[in-house]
Amino acid sequence: MSVKLTASALAIAAVATTAAARDQVQVAGSSTVLPYASIVAEAFGENFDFPTPVVESGGSSAGLKRFCEGVGENTIDVANASRKIKDKEVKACAEAGVTDIIEVRIGYDGIVFASQINGPAYTAFQPVDIFNALSAKVVKDGALVENTHKQWADFNGDLPAADIAAFIPGTKHGTREVFEEKVMVEGCKEAGAFDIYMAENGGDKKAAGKACYEVRTDGVSVDIDGDYTETLARIDANPNGVGVFGLAFYENNTDKLKVATMGGVAPSTETIATGEYPVSRPLFFYVKKAHIGVIPGLKEYAEFFVADEIAGPDGPLSEYGLVSDPELAATQAAVSAEETMK
Amino acid sequence: MSDATAGTAAPQPSGSKKGSLLQQDARTKRRNAAESRFKFYGVLAVGTGLLFLLVLLWAIITNGAQAFSQTFVSVQVELLESKLDKNGNRNLEDIKKVSTFGYSPLVQNGLLSAVDQSGAETPLSKGKDMKPILSASAAAQLRDYVIANPDKIGETVEFRFLASSRVDGYLKGRVTRESIARDKNIDAAHLDLVDALLEVGVIEKTFNWSFITGSDASDTRPEAAGMGVSMLGSLFMMLVVLGLSLPIGVAASIYLEEFAPQNRWTDLIEVNISNLAAVPSIVFGILGLAVFIQFAHLPQSAPLVGGLVLTLMTLPTIIIATRASLKAVPPSIRDAALGVGASKMQSVFHHVLPLAAPGILTGTIIGLAQALGETAPLLLIGMVGFIASNYPEGVMDGFVSPNSAMPAQIYEWAKRADPAFYERAWGGIIILLVFLITMNIIAILLRRRFERRW
Repeated sequence: MSVKLTASALAIAAVATTAAARDQVQVAGSSTVLPYASIVAEAFGENFDFPTPVVESGGSSAGLKRFCEGVGENTIDVANASRKIKDKEVKACAEAGVTDIIEVRIGYDGIVFASQINGPAYTAFQPVDIFNALSAKVVKDGALVENTHKQWADFNGDLPAADIAAFIPGTKHGTREVFEEKVMVEGCKEAGAFDIYMAENGGDKKAAGKACYEVRTDGVSVDIDGDYTETLARIDANPNGVGVFGLAFYENNTDKLKVATMGGVAPSTETIATGEYPVSRPLFFYVKKAHIGVIPGLKEYAEFFVADEIAGPDGPLSEYGLVSDPELAATQAAVSAEETMK
Repeated sequence: MSDATAGTAAPQPSGSKKGSLLQQDARTKRRNAAESRFKFYGVLAVGTGLLFLLVLLWAIITNGAQAFSQTFVSVQVELLESKLDKNGNRNLEDIKKVSTFGYSPLVQNGLLSAVDQSGAETPLSKGKDMKPILSASAAAQLRDYVIANPDKIGETVEFRFLASSRVDGYLKGRVTRESIARDKNIDAAHLDLVDALLEVGVIEKTFNWSFITGSDASDTRPEAAGMGVSMLGSLFMMLVVLGLSLPIGVAASIYLEEFAPQNRWTDLIEVNISNLAAVPSIVFGILGLAVFIQFAHLPQSAPLVGGLVLTLMTLPTIIIATRASLKAVPPSIRDAALGVGASKMQSVFHHVLPLAAPGILTGTIIGLAQALGETAPLLLIGMVGFIASNYPEGVMDGFVSPNSAMPAQIYEWAKRADPAFYERAWGGIIILLVFLITMNIIAILLRRRFERRW
């Protein structure tokens, strides 16, 4: 075994010395941002003399964790995130020496509820319907009881009498947070459960909100830790299933999925841009300022990402399903001035 | 029983049954029935296995064969000087300033004039209307051409562009007029136009070499995605695996089998090697991340690191195979060599090792084939994602520049939104299977050709 150890140690040493300085931008993070980032990376490689950046996925949290490992060529330059960076993460970054972080908001992403195209007519939801179907506890006669709803029609006569089966993003996805904040809590408030939780927790808004996030654990609601393709496969196999998708994913699979309105508004880039469709969230990427000037093409990549011809309303990102940011010009200015987070 | 022929009835022991070999009694019948039942179960088991294999192959081939053909559009493009080189001085730096977004209208207008020439009647009359038919890669292809041939600016040149994935899917039957009813990427008027252009030969479906040689493409252009770069990634990884695990594995097994004393330490090592062979591959991925990337500071996403991780995974397989084939060489060979005065080392290297070589090679090839199909450890060292987009610039660069591997590329395609990528994932599986089958056939041939039995 000692032979083996020395031999591999030699091999590593031999290569480590010859490993040249990195000449392409390395990106990791949210799988929601991945398609957008790869579209930009491809166009960047075509239009600039720099090599095409490398984009990995793995989730917002995993990407930010790698981002905060430190400064240097063997750490990533850009982290994609489908949520804002948390204070905890900024702190972890600072401890590892990553202090100057440029935050770039690229646009908004809509989250849609869709079911099998041949399934029951789930065409109109209110947040309260989702809450009543999936929450661990529901309000009955002014008190919280265990959720025993079996069919959608059990609590809303307008919905089809079909078994409840929901496929929601797992907790490692940034999408889950949006689902909790924009759907579950809203539904919770509407159903009156929020006030009961408030009373129980002595008026603590945060604790009440947390209680609203609780989904039932009797198998009616299934966490999907994989990608939207997995959710699609589950919906394909279950005609009653309702799944949570990104708008871009739905738009590529309109032949298999039927989308539901939320609060009476159909999801589209327009309704999300105006804010009429309630379930949307901003997408971000974070750049290490210390790497600008060290890794060739990093600043150009960041500027190219938010350029009008890419992230603007007629650009390829918007065509793919990103809702372009009305304040794009401010973002462009911030990126070119390399404004860091406070 | 021969005295039974003597005519006198032999006294039968009381309680035993009268029996004849020719006439089956109930018990024999039961035993025979059990045997035929078992045979039937066996055939059933083999049949089920074969059936699964057939279903699998059928699914792979029917889903994946489509990836090997692709729809192309032939277009005459006028390389307008006013658009591509405003100063008219053919300065490469100035030409490069025009991005692919500036080239798109030229391609679209080119197709529009082809439509006019074909005489097809269509409500689509603007250049922009042609966009859903053409791949987004067309503008990049045109830009690359102009930068390589700046002297062609001002002329009209014929190009063969990829059609968009929706048009391609339409010709392959994946996209139908019903399925696009709510699709905002393409509408029925475009499909009518595609039908008309198909007749005049502007659009055609041919074999798709670029699927085998090309690089990965982003989510908006599945039609341009290919396996080529990730195949190179797999190749470089296999070179690392072969270069490290074969010498290390063979040296370790020769030492353990021929030289090492039999004691508690070697027993411990043996047990551990067998255990290592059963460790899930993702564990090696975590190890690779911690040791090679975070500690040794090797580059991320590099085939070199992938190769090192897979080496760790392949070593036990090779050691076990090598030791088995060394054991299979009869002791008489060693004794004879030692008897004529060879040293221990000479007996091993001149006689035992050559006889064991076919077995060692077979084990190595099987180990490599296993490593070739491995995805899990690559997830952790950053080889899965939008990575296989640049061809390596040379042999050294091939080892250290970011790349993916065939199974990782397939995994990546399988989870993308556009169904066209799904078809490519199946196509990728066909390529991967061809590689694996070839490697296994080589292993079988080597064994057939060189193996000796004593």
